[in-house]
Parts: sequence; C-alpha cells; structure tokens
Amino acid sequence: MSIDALLAGPVRIVNVGLEGFASDLAANGATVVHVDWKPPRVEFAALLGQSAEAANREALRRILAAEPALTDIRRAGELIPRLDASRLVLHAGPPVAWERMCGPMRGAICGAAVFEGWAPDLEAAEELAASGAIGFAPNHHFRAVGPMTGITTRSMPLLLVENRAFGNWAACTINEGLGNVLRFGGNDAEVLGRLGWLRDEFGALLGRALRAAPLELSPLIARGLAMGDEMHQRNVACTSLLLRAVAPGLASMGGSLAKAFSFIAGNDQFFLNVAMAMGKSILDPAGGVEGSTIVTAMARNGTDFGIRISGCGDEWFIAPVEMPQGLYFPGFSAADANPDMGDSAILEAVGLGAFSMAAAPAVAGFVGAGGFAEALATTRAMAEISAARHPQWRIPALDFAGAPVGIDARRVVETGTAPAINTGIAHRRAGVGQVGAGVARAPLACFEKALVALARL
Amino acid sequence: MHSLVFNRVERSRYLDSVALMRLSRSLSALPGIEAAALMIGTPSNKALLREAGLLAVEGEEAGPNDLVIAVRALEHRAGQDALASALQFLENKDDSSPRTGLRAKTLAGALELLPEANLALISVPGDFALLETRKALDAGLSALVFSSGVPLEEERALKRMANEKGLLVMGPDCGTALLAGVPLAFANAVPRGGIGIVSASGTGLQEVSCLIARLGEGVSHGIGVGGRDLDERVGALGTLAAIDALERDARTKVIVLLSKPPAPGVAEAVLERLARCAKRSVVCFLGLDRPGLARTLHEAAEMASGKKIESLKNEIRRVPGRVEGLFCGGTLCSEAELIFQRRGRYGDRFIDLGDDRYTRARPHPMIDPELRNAHVARALADPEVGVLLLDIVLGYGAHSDPAGVLLKENLSMKTVVASVVGTDRDPQVRSLQVERLSEAGVLVAPSNALAAEWAAALSSY
Repeated sequence: MSIDALLAGPVRIVNVGLEGFASDLAANGATVVHVDWKPPRVEFAALLGQSAEAANREALRRILAAEPALTDIRRAGELIPRLDASRLVLHAGPPVAWERMCGPMRGAICGAAVFEGWAPDLEAAEELAASGAIGFAPNHHFRAVGPMTGITTRSMPLLLVENRAFGNWAACTINEGLGNVLRFGGNDAEVLGRLGWLRDEFGALLGRALRAAPLELSPLIARGLAMGDEMHQRNVACTSLLLRAVAPGLASMGGSLAKAFSFIAGNDQFFLNVAMAMGKSILDPAGGVEGSTIVTAMARNGTDFGIRISGCGDEWFIAPVEMPQGLYFPGFSAADANPDMGDSAILEAVGLGAFSMAAAPAVAGFVGAGGFAEALATTRAMAEISAARHPQWRIPALDFAGAPVGIDARRVVETGTAPAINTGIAHRRAGVGQVGAGVARAPLACFEKALVALARL
Repeated sequence: MHSLVFNRVERSRYLDSVALMRLSRSLSALPGIEAAALMIGTPSNKALLREAGLLAVEGEEAGPNDLVIAVRALEHRAGQDALASALQFLENKDDSSPRTGLRAKTLAGALELLPEANLALISVPGDFALLETRKALDAGLSALVFSSGVPLEEERALKRMANEKGLLVMGPDCGTALLAGVPLAFANAVPRGGIGIVSASGTGLQEVSCLIARLGEGVSHGIGVGGRDLDERVGALGTLAAIDALERDARTKVIVLLSKPPAPGVAEAVLERLARCAKRSVVCFLGLDRPGLARTLHEAAEMASGKKIESLKNEIRRVPGRVEGLFCGGTLCSEAELIFQRRGRYGDRFIDLGDDRYTRARPHPMIDPELRNAHVARALADPEVGVLLLDIVLGYGAHSDPAGVLLKENLSMKTVVASVVGTDRDPQVRSLQVERLSEAGVLVAPSNALAAEWAAALSSY
C-alpha cells in the first residue's frame, strides 16, 4: 500500500501554500518542492474544476500520433481554389479589416497586389486595398500559415506538409531570407523580384526534389532539438539537415542549381516556414474534440492576438496583441517596433519555439537576462501549462525530457502563466523590415474567454 | 484631531494571509499610524476593512484578485510613509524570506521536479484546498491538509477516495504530523521510537509527542486526522486508516489515540478496532472518563511510555482569587478546563485564543503570541484574578520566542503558572524558554495537565 511506503520513508513533500512550511522542511533536511500557489482568478475558479481530462487526452493523442512530411511545393491557388476565384489575400492571425491593419501588414499587401498584377504600383495598390476590391482572410481559415505579416496570394509557391496519420495537409509560403522581405512589410523591386524567382524557378525545382523524396519531419525536429534549434528563433540545424536531405534530389535534376543551393544555405531561417506548416498539419486534427481545453492555434496579426481551443473548433478568442520584449539591431529601439505579429506562434502551440527554449542556448539571449538558466526556466514554466512531454522531441539539456506539448488553457488561467513566444520584431512602418527579435506573451484574456465559451457550450 | 484613511490597491497581487497579517502588524506599529491592514479585496474582507474604518474610495473598488493596503494615520505624511514601506516590503519579499531550492507554480509542475514525491502539504485557502487535495490524490500522493473550511461531506469524499487508492488524507484542519521522523506543519523535533500517535488534535499531538520525548522515548509516526474525523458524518475514516497503517508498521509498538469525545457510535467502532489490534493501544478521549482510558494527555504519554513524569515539589502558597487560563492551544485549554471541572471548580475562566473569534484577520496566537498579551495585561490588572494559567507552544511554524513576547508584560504582579510544549531540539530550545520564564518568576510545570493542577491548588476563592 502507498501508505506503507510513505511511512517507510523517506517522505518527499510538495508544499502547496504557506512557504514557511517548506523552509522548515528544507532546514530539516527533507526533500521538498515549494509551489508558489496563487488563487485562480475567482471568476474562473469554477471553470477549472470541471474535468476536461479525457477530452484533452484525446486531443493530445492526435497531436502525438501525427506523421508530418514535407512532400511538395504547390501554387497557392491550386491548393486553395478560393485564391484563384477572387482577389483574396490571406494574412497572419485572426480576422482583421484593412482599417485596423498595422503598417507592415498593409505594406506587404500592397507589395503582393503589385506582385499579382492587380495594381501597377504601390500607390494604386493601396487605393485598391482600401476600396474593398480585395478580400482579406486569415491563413488559418484555409489550412495555411504564414510568418510575420503572413501574406499569401494565388501565385505564390507553398510548402506542402501532409500529415499521413490523419490524411490532412497544411501549407506555408517559402521563407524569403533576412533583410528586406515581404513578411516584414518590404515591398520594393528587390522584394518582388525575389518572389518572382521563388515562384518561377526555385519552387518548381524544390517541388520536384520533394516529390521524388519526401522529407519526414518529426524525426528531423528531434535531431534539430538535439543540435540546438528550437525551430522559431533558430533553424540553423534543421535548415542544414533539410539542405542535406534535398541536395541529392536537386543535383540529379541538372540545370543551374547554384542559386537554389546558395539561397537555402544563405538563409538560416529557411526551415522556419516548413516547421510552421508542420505545426499546422499536426494541430488541425486535434481540433473539435468536445470539451477539450487544448490550444490548437495561436496567431497574431499585429493588431489582435487570437487562439483556438480544441473544444471550440474554429472559433477565435481574441485580445489586443502585446509588444514583444527584445533586442534591437543597431540604430533601432523599442520605439520602432511593431506589435507582435505572425502565424509562427503555431510553433509554440506545438511545443517548439519558446517552449523548447532549453534546447537552444544560442538564442537564449533574447529572453530577459538571457542566461542558459533562464532558457531552462522558460521551458520548465511552459511545461507547467502544457498537458504532456513530447515522447520523440527530447531536449538534451533537460536530461532528455520531452518538449512540453499541448497547451492546456485551464493551466494557463490557473497559473496566470502566459505562453511565451519567440519572435522576430518588425519595424512599425511598412517596408523597413526586421529591426530585432525577442519574446512576446500571449494575452491571458484569450484563454479566459476560451474557457468561458467552452463552459457555455 | 481627525484621522486620515489611505488605501492603495495592487491589481492581481496575491500573498498568503500569514504574510499579509505580519505585514499589517508591522505597519500598525509605525509612528503616527492608528491602524493598518493588508487584505485581498474579497467582499467579506472589504466589509472587515469598512468596519475597522480602514476602507477608502480606492479600496472599495478593489476586486477579489487585488491586494488592498489600508492605513489610518494621524496625519498625511505618516500615512504616505506607511504605504511606501508596505510597497517596499512587497517588492523585497523574495529577498527577505527564506527560499527553498525547488519551486513550481502548480502541483503538476512540482511533480515534474520531484516525481518521487509521496506527500502534499496543503495550506491554501479552504475554497481551493479541496481542489488541490483532489489533484494530489489523483497524482498518487497522500495529503496533509492544513487548511480548514472544507465542508464535512467533502471531507468524507476525500477520505473515501484516499481509502480506495491506499493513500492517507490527514485533515482538513490538520495542524501537526510527524511522518518517518519528518515534522510537518506545526510539529516538534522529537526522536523516533516505538510509539505511534493518531490524533484529531494538533496541539494534543504536540503535547503528547513532546512528553514522550522528555520521558526518553520516541515516536514512530504522529498522524493527524483533523478535528472532525470522529464526527459521525466522517465516521473516523482517517483514524481507522491510520490505525491500520500503524498496525502494519514494524517500528510501531504502541498506538496512542487522541481526540475529544467522539460521537458515541464512532467511539465504539474505534475502540472495537483497537481491541482487535495486534498492538497495545492507549486512548485519550479528552472529557470522556471511562476505566482504561487516559484522562489527560499527560496520562496518555505516561501509559504509552510506561514511565512517570516527574513533578517537582512546589511550594504551595495559596493566593486569593480565581484562575484565568489564556491558551494558544485549543486542546490544552480544554484539558485544563476538564481538570478544574473534575475538582469541582467552575468559577474560573479559560479562553482559547486560537478560536475563530480572536483570530479573524489575525494570525493564530502560536504564530503571533502578541495577541495574548492584551488579555494577559487585562487579567494582571483584574482584582478578581489570583492566578494566570498559560501555555507556551514551541516547534516548527511557531513564533521564534514566545516566552520573550510574554515577558513584555510585568508578570511579577500575580502568580503565573505555565507549561512549555516543546523539546530542546526545537528551534526555540525548550530549556532556554523555561529558564527565561522561571527567572521572571513564572512557575513552569512539566505538562499542561500539571500546570492546571498547580494553578487549581494555588488559587482559592
């Protein structure tokens, strides 16, 4: 019996409440962990009591059973017919009207409108967008995700990730590299020229190579974590692993590959977009489990932050987005920063990014004081709001404990611990691009609203 | 002169009530401050503040997740200074309090850090204690529930759940336990030995375990079951589980059961269980005189150890006037009162200062014995009172120098009899506390029961 084991000793204690008891026990040489208990906000206390355990186990089972593979590059309009049927622009985050969009998102939309030939120049594009002649919708509503502004239009080549365990797919644009790029609101000739090359040459080449040899992503993530990536702020290892994996296929095609190879090799974040599509492909099947409080999406559009929880299906729970805390490139400061933006928080929702901070000491500098201890503490804190540890994605620095996976909205509200999100920081003006990187927080209000909505169902 | 009320509201700030009450007291002691309180802004707390004339407009608007800092001052400057020092304390909280190495925010997080944990010590407010205890049991941990305020039917449900899982729930309202040599919550440093104690009373368990220690014996385990375990609606679920466990425990040779008189049916069930127990047992149902049962905690300790507590000879110099008993330990108060009643004495007065009436918005007098000083001062000045009878409770969790606090009053004005519950291994060191009291003229008895006997013998009216 457990009582007998307890009396046989040693007694090992979890102290929930008065800290003095823990200090006395520690002074007595007993093993004790102190819980910094705080009362859940009174209005939510009742909601926390109801049991979502079985529903969350099912949502989690689906997340952990995923078999995502990068299988192709396809034209956006082909994957998402609505893009061909009308002048529709997909963007990051929950729904947002042109009038409420932040500067970089408007800038990227103008660039995309020129790129698609809807407007002769940026000025005309802005008039067109403001006139209502262009429709806007979240990527998430079309099985897609996009980093930062997340702008997706019909002719862009999309990375296709198929989740073979559930037969669903998710897509994401190809990462354009650093500097002056559309995802940060860049929209000049250099940006549009690169998008053209991605569409006309690079996408076709990589697509052929992937069709010949699809890339299993879950094992790749596991290796990436062991090599110091957390897949949001750092993708050096996974980008290299991807390049290594696709190189033979690309080489066998002949032709002029030097530019394609150097494009991938010159972009440490190339894999970011692959990881995002993977995250979306893993989390989509976990949606719609009745009663489940597991988070299936987190996304921001530079104006609002939205989350979805499994038990509420496709409904967004929205709160004003917060400012990221971070480090800035020389010459820039927090005064230049745009509020938090991008669908890339799908990575945190699937257990990577800030949740796996302990795997990536090289980028720990973006979190607070930035020591390795803080990276460990971040992952531990995120584990307290997560339902499980990933059995395959293990983190060496945590003695090979798994990445925390499956954010439980109940635990977020109960602990008051907001999910942390590793992020790039865009300039608040369109066209300037990235000015820094850091950490943002998901607003607690999103999780509280989700619990209230679930309780009313 | 008109006094001024200052409120400051800290949004979404939580501190445990003991920390808040300690801070309230130190603020009250600042120059120019009439009264001060720090409270979470629940409707009932706000009502308390309003009654105390401490609630201003800002405080009225505080919500149940906010912290209200309230001071009433003689002038503006003193009030502002007090608010500032409260804020400073709140900011420095982490530096001033001793910290344990391993910390988490939830029970689940703690179990990640310590997967082999086998006991949860729960002292969160009553409304949440139930939820946290359930979580502990679900995770396969036994629980000591220090919190009170859990409804009886929930207590029964928790204990049923524990029984099914082969786990132990001590409490709710369990203040003391000693498991495998580890003192938990308000317990004393006593050596290990062959005597197992099951107790519905925290101070009862403290008194008996300390007397056993001073008799040269030791305690295998001291299992608290909470004050209501022997209520018929709980049906001694915790007591019976504890007896079963101690019967199986190889170290335990004798089982001691301590409680106030249980419901009649429950008493029979428990006595019947002990009668079939393979081990010798000693029962003290304080207030139930029956052959074979110990009548006092003192007797229970003697019967369990087979040794006599030495009572030093005491010069009897009768003093006129009744006895005023002022106690920190509720069970010690009852024990003393019973001893007087057995002597046919009904004209004395006994006050349990740990009672809810005295501890509303104040720490328990074991934590903050200052609460008793006002009553001591009043009794010292009362011409009807001849003898003061007091308890001093030492151990973990208790005040670091309760004798020192008591000696702030001029005790030489009356005859004062006291007992000191504790051991020399306690942080306060019993012999040092006894020495200070004796030097001040306090007659220190070896047990609470003897202190009561002495006081009764000394006073006449």
